Amino acid sequence: MTTTELSDLERHFERTIEHDLRVEPRDWVPDEYRATLIRQIAQHAHSEIIGMQPEGNWITRAPSLRRKAILLAKVQDEAGHGLYLYSAAETLGADRGELTQRLISGKQKYSSIFNYPTLTFADVGVIGWLVDGAAICNQVPLCRCSYGPYARAMIRICKEESFHQRQGYELLMTMMRGTKAQRQMVQDATDRWWWPSLMMFGPPDGDSPNTAQSMAWKVKRHTNDELRQRFVDMTVPQAEALGVTLPDADLAWNQERASYDFGEIDWSEFKQVLRGNGPCSAQRVAHRKRAHDEGAWVREAAAAHARKHREAVAVA
Amino acid sequence: MTEQIKHEWPLYEVFVRSKRGLNHVHVGSLHAADDEMAIRHARDLYTRRNEGVSIWVVRAADITASSPDEKDPFFAPSADKVYRHPTFYDIPDTVPHM
Repeated sequence: MTTTELSDLERHFERTIEHDLRVEPRDWVPDEYRATLIRQIAQHAHSEIIGMQPEGNWITRAPSLRRKAILLAKVQDEAGHGLYLYSAAETLGADRGELTQRLISGKQKYSSIFNYPTLTFADVGVIGWLVDGAAICNQVPLCRCSYGPYARAMIRICKEESFHQRQGYELLMTMMRGTKAQRQMVQDATDRWWWPSLMMFGPPDGDSPNTAQSMAWKVKRHTNDELRQRFVDMTVPQAEALGVTLPDADLAWNQERASYDFGEIDWSEFKQVLRGNGPCSAQRVAHRKRAHDEGAWVREAAAAHARKHREAVAVA
Repeated sequence: MTEQIKHEWPLYEVFVRSKRGLNHVHVGSLHAADDEMAIRHARDLYTRRNEGVSIWVVRAADITASSPDEKDPFFAPSADKVYRHPTFYDIPDTVPHM
């Protein structure tokens, strides 16, 4: 390719971004744009797939048929979200089998939040309320991401996340109307999930080297700290309505900023968990690998059946 | 193993008609061993909440698409025929129902 042709392509790409148009699969894009998106979409997909585990843990022990059906539907949605996202990553030239390999070999990361354990059934409610609530804050702006297939996958996902958050909050309201022990379970789960939920937005803006480029490409629309603040402001009144205390002594309304101030996040914990030293990190990846390995014969049998059927049709 | 998966479970593109009276619209893709499995996976993946009344799946390899590289010249013939649009014709305001 000549230099003139390349600069024409770059100009066309930049114009598309500048005019807020969407980049589509077969368009020319800079290599770094492609690599950034593949990495981001793949990590997002892995998070959805690994995210099935903490809650899947409670399916057999859900306290009623109603809760069991809801939880099954929710975990099935998480699988669906992972598949929408892998599908979007593939439009950029990534290979799905290879992405799975990168996940189970530990080469690619997923959201640190899923490396925490779910100790009681209240955790299922708090995950819906806080973890899915934080995910919604992160994901709504991604519906306007410059890469068309990713943005469209996010629209689909956001529609379904609303069910996830509401079922969690409703579950917690039910427990808060129960016994003192049940209310304590809700408070305990809130105490454990609050800080990890705030970490879901990623490192503070001063320590997030990729943010500027992602925002210039309109992959990201807001900085990590902006989204974190939005989440805190949305969540405080929800906690009050529920009757739980958020575990932060510094949490206070700031009249001047018309926002809540909140305490310092323990970033060393975040880095530890991200490095694979979270309470459940090894278990999560091992479980995913086992599911993949144990499913090998199913994939092979289905392929063999399809091949035999094709051959039979060809002979006839 | 990766190569094997790639070749043996091909990629399918999925199109869903959301209700009677509307066209099928592309919604995404999935992998399946054969056409029948692709339809079932498409139902489970893309229509969990009554999003569709009809599904098409087609092997991605069987789709022929226009090339984005030639988008301007390829679509140019439709841009220079302004007389195809109703606004090309001046009709006095006094003429009704036009």
